[in-house]
Amino acid sequence: GDSDGDGEELVLTPAQLIRSLEQAWLNEKFAPELLESKPEIIECVVEQLDHMEANLKRAKRGDLKVSVHRMEIERIRYVLSSYLRCRLVKIEKFFPHVLEKEKSRAKGEPSILSPEEFAFAKEYMANTETYLKNVALKHMPPNLQKVSLLKSVPKPNLDSFVFLRVLERQENILVEPETDEQRWVGPWVFPRQCGTVRDGDMMQHHACPRREYTIDLEEGSQHLIRYRTVAPLVASGAVQLI
Amino acid sequence: RQALEEMRALYERNQADVSEAKSGRTDLIFLIRFRHCCLLRNQRCILAYLYDRLLRIRALRWEYGSVLPNSIQFHMSAEEVDWFNRYKKSLATYMRSVGGEEGLDLTQDIKPPKSLYIEVRCLTDYGEFEIDDGTTILLKKNSQHFLPRWKCEQLIRQGVLEHVLS
Repeated sequence: GDSDGDGEELVLTPAQLIRSLEQAWLNEKFAPELLESKPEIIECVVEQLDHMEANLKRAKRGDLKVSVHRMEIERIRYVLSSYLRCRLVKIEKFFPHVLEKEKSRAKGEPSILSPEEFAFAKEYMANTETYLKNVALKHMPPNLQKVSLLKSVPKPNLDSFVFLRVLERQENILVEPETDEQRWVGPWVFPRQCGTVRDGDMMQHHACPRREYTIDLEEGSQHLIRYRTVAPLVASGAVQLI
Repeated sequence: RQALEEMRALYERNQADVSEAKSGRTDLIFLIRFRHCCLLRNQRCILAYLYDRLLRIRALRWEYGSVLPNSIQFHMSAEEVDWFNRYKKSLATYMRSVGGEEGLDLTQDIKPPKSLYIEVRCLTDYGEFEIDDGTTILLKKNSQHFLPRWKCEQLIRQGVLEHVLS
């Protein structure tokens, strides 16, 4: 299509639109961090719902189609609500990091927050900061009155594992070596384990070269893999979290 | 409040020692450092406790709706009520901005819809209740109705109606 700079026009059939919504919903549900905001999808879905509601109002009462359409509306509204709720939960959970990420975003990079979500996040932060300050911090000794929420509030765990299905074949995906904390024995290729041998009371570690390795992701295959490895693929739509 | 007192006491003692240390008594450094750690720990505990309460209060908005029952409000400090009201307002602004003219109430549709209409029993005398096609239903205690699911959700959560699973 036209590369105008400001985003392409997505012309999707209603079915494709709902599929996009469901994909975005599932990805958001299973990803440990807040994903890119999808304002186009949301806008179109809302329009679609209004359209369907309007159609229903015009239909004859007692028409069988009415029930089916209403059910469909309910379903779509549920998915949309669930999607937006999921995002709000993550925004609230990681609020200092989400705001920091948005503030330090480069010009061309896509936003993870819609303008409304951004406003909400800022209000949430200000509200919480003010509360903590008034109730506790200002009563504390002078050198303890400031606290960095960015440091205190936990970050999303990007090393958590996710299930995914491959939509577009990917080659040579680099999988980082495990650290001692992330011990996972996967059902398929895994790096040579750091050997630990129990010798009486002592654990001996073999000096093992930490190996990175690459894998190919075949279209249609399903995997259990660390989120950090596939984060860009989720963003680009090459894989679908399940 | 007690923790704050303790912190203040510790701090004052520390202050005294700091000024002592500055004047050359380096053997006090460990004591100062120890007290500082205590202070930091207290600070962390206080903040964790307060923050956890905020998270629970936030959950209340999603469970009970915008009006909190008095029994709960009784347990909240004035500042917490303040926080709740601000959160409520912020959430409402956001919900209104999504989804067309009326906005999208995100506190509805918590569960995937299984059927359009559900059987509900009324637990208390609620009064009149209007449904989409204009008809009003009188919700009296123990009366049972077959109503559209989406209309009942909030009332079910508030405990006015009960979903009857046959």
